[in-house]
Amino acid sequence: MRPMKIGGPADQTDRCTLATAAAQFSLCGLCGSLCLCGGIAQENIHHRGTEIAQRSTERFSERTRRFVKQPAAIVPALATRRTFTFALRAMIVLTLFTLASAQKKSSCIECHSKLQDARLSAPAKLFDNDIHHARGLSCNDCHGGDPTADTKEGAKDPRKGFLGKPKTLDIPAYCGKCHSDANLMKRFNPSLRVDQEREYYTSVHGQKLKSGETRAATCISCHSVHGIRAVKDPLSSVYPSNVAETCSKCHANADYMRGFPIPNNQYALYKTSVHAKALYEKQDLSAPTCNDCHGNHGATPPGIASVANVCGTCHGRQAELFQVSPHKAAFDQRQFGECIKCHSNHAINKPTDEMIGAGQKSVCITCHTPGDKGYVAGDQMRTRIDELLASIARSTDILNSAERAGMEVSRPKFEMKEAMDALTHARVLIHTSSIAEVDKVAAPGLAASARGYQAGLDALAERSFRRKGLAVSLVFILFLAVLVYLKVRQIESRQAAAE
Amino acid sequence: MRIEAIRAWLDERLSISTLAALASKKEVPVHRHSIWYYFGGMTLFLFAVQVVTGILLLLYYRPSSETAFESVQFIITEVKFGWLIRSIHSWSANLMIATLFIHMFSVFFLRAYYPPREITWLSGVFLLFVAICFGFSGYLLPWNKLAFFATKVGTEIAGVVPIVGRPMLRFLRGGDDVTGATLTRFFGFHVAVLPAMATALITVHVLLVQLHGMSVPPKLIGQPVKKMKFVPNFLLRDLIGWILAIGVLAALAALFPWELGEKADAFAPAPAGIKPEWYFLFMFQTLKYIPAKIWKIDGDVIGILAFGFVAMLLFLVPFIDRSPENRRRRLIFNVCGVLALLYIVGMTIFGYVT
Repeated sequence: MRPMKIGGPADQTDRCTLATAAAQFSLCGLCGSLCLCGGIAQENIHHRGTEIAQRSTERFSERTRRFVKQPAAIVPALATRRTFTFALRAMIVLTLFTLASAQKKSSCIECHSKLQDARLSAPAKLFDNDIHHARGLSCNDCHGGDPTADTKEGAKDPRKGFLGKPKTLDIPAYCGKCHSDANLMKRFNPSLRVDQEREYYTSVHGQKLKSGETRAATCISCHSVHGIRAVKDPLSSVYPSNVAETCSKCHANADYMRGFPIPNNQYALYKTSVHAKALYEKQDLSAPTCNDCHGNHGATPPGIASVANVCGTCHGRQAELFQVSPHKAAFDQRQFGECIKCHSNHAINKPTDEMIGAGQKSVCITCHTPGDKGYVAGDQMRTRIDELLASIARSTDILNSAERAGMEVSRPKFEMKEAMDALTHARVLIHTSSIAEVDKVAAPGLAASARGYQAGLDALAERSFRRKGLAVSLVFILFLAVLVYLKVRQIESRQAAAE
Repeated sequence: MRIEAIRAWLDERLSISTLAALASKKEVPVHRHSIWYYFGGMTLFLFAVQVVTGILLLLYYRPSSETAFESVQFIITEVKFGWLIRSIHSWSANLMIATLFIHMFSVFFLRAYYPPREITWLSGVFLLFVAICFGFSGYLLPWNKLAFFATKVGTEIAGVVPIVGRPMLRFLRGGDDVTGATLTRFFGFHVAVLPAMATALITVHVLLVQLHGMSVPPKLIGQPVKKMKFVPNFLLRDLIGWILAIGVLAALAALFPWELGEKADAFAPAPAGIKPEWYFLFMFQTLKYIPAKIWKIDGDVIGILAFGFVAMLLFLVPFIDRSPENRRRRLIFNVCGVLALLYIVGMTIFGYVT
């Protein structure tokens, strides 16, 4: 076998391209271990090199024997010099050996990165940024084969386990070879889950793939391929702020989704939602994106009965209140999707007070009609919320006026938080659909707000008192000053008369 | 008859008649610059206001990082007329520093430091620094956000001084950072150390003024200058000023009550556009414009050393300019004084505008 010049035909006098300019050593084309070819590619150079090394060792042993026979007088000096030379050479060899070993050969990368066809060169180029590459894995760890081989045939030898490009249907199992192996994954990331493959087959994607639908998303559809980045990497396609866009590549593509009985406007709707605003505008990475409601590897639309559970993972209190409200049974009976019936699903807008009551924007009136229990309850709850809101606004205004007038009202302003908390709590309690429950917090909130208003009135009254007091004091002070001035005049007149 | 008996009893023990005789002999020159004589008395009056209102505040103030802010809040919201006392204390402190500066510059320009009044000048300059220390230490006591960060910046600047800076910073702060320990020791300085120093210095200063009498500007020496009796003529005029000062303080306190702000929070970010008290602003503004490095030396260090040098010159004024005979030196001093005044006023205004 002759060493191959990478990217061209083999030639007996070609310089070994695997040897670096700095080192006289390279990796053996046959076994991948240190080669002593000296940079000149020759047949079986590594094994010949090994013979040379063996002969060098023998020569060294012979020298040692001769050295030991030197006269005693010159032994110490010679011994010191030769020991030093030997140690130096050993260190150089060891250092170079270590450097050469660190540069593990991959003929896959070498060849593919130089290929003209972008489809074939892209994997090699992308792999530099791949998490697997960062963890020391190479092409053959997924695709099999022999990356140390210098020929295409050798590198892609099926006898060396070459698998090639997996079929779409095989991708989950292909990735699962490692990612489902708990013992193996522990070596790289002990906290990483190993049930992704199993969970994937519970997803709609997995089910479709199992049925032979190759358009269904597989691991690489979301994580990309060859340039796979860690989830925590902001450039990753599955980083929280990139997830919706990644899903939209298929789900917002009408042509791609043709034949699947689901809409393709989810991404457009999501981008109008309060969740998207939190994620993209406030950069709040905890804000939900697609996978937070649908799951990631087990992605599936939540069922009618489980919507509240999905929303409840973040909005726990609201979900809990809904479960004990009269709406729960009514929604179940009519097969309404719990939270989404009022709040929608992808286009979840910021809830407003207008959503309850009997107004035009109310969601209550979509089911309730004037006079029925729910209609009345909705109207009453809205009235109570409006009362509290108006009361807080009035108290805040008067406290701000007092503050602008220089009065110290930080304590009543702080205490107004009680009213504001009550408002928030009342807004949450509308999920009980009970005016009595809303009143339980709205009443103390109104009382707290009234106290704030009174404090504002008191502060303004105090300001008025101070100004009146000042006016009276200034009159007295000026009167006193005039009196003293007149006294001075009187004294000085007397003194002038006396002189 | 009974009053006469009491007076006689007191006179026997306190020699009141001797003091009254001395006071009746004291005279004040009357000329076109006499108005400046009133600023010393006005400063003393405002200091007295500080002492009285400070003692009243002490009845409720609690000097710890947990209670200081709340106690001041209590004073201005719950204590009867607490708001008035606290506002007067704060406004009076600022007016006192202002009248102190006016007094110092008037003494400078009227050459009232000529022999034998060098020690009177020295005690006055010491009093100026004591007053500034009063202001700096008192500013932190309400333990609000602005005061907290201003103290942080202020002590940081003090820490820049070569060699002694770092130990001084640690001494002032009671550690590496501004904490409750800083508040406690600033309180100690404000109500014990500085009042003791001020009382001693004021005593020396006032006694020396009595000893040497009121200075007459060198220009008027040799000319016939009218005199006014200190008691009662000048004292009653002083009294008019003090009564009007009370009116001004009352108006300021009622119309512009001194703000308390938000409680200090060491973990909160420093408020934007943080500025020190107005009497430090010209120095703060100067330090802002000094380049970071001047000949491999930190700009801050050079700035602080320059201010230290100017402060030293202030002490040496009566020893450099000793006689009205040297006209050239008098001119240089006048120019320097005007430039310093313009610089302080200009930089202070600039600091507020920018």
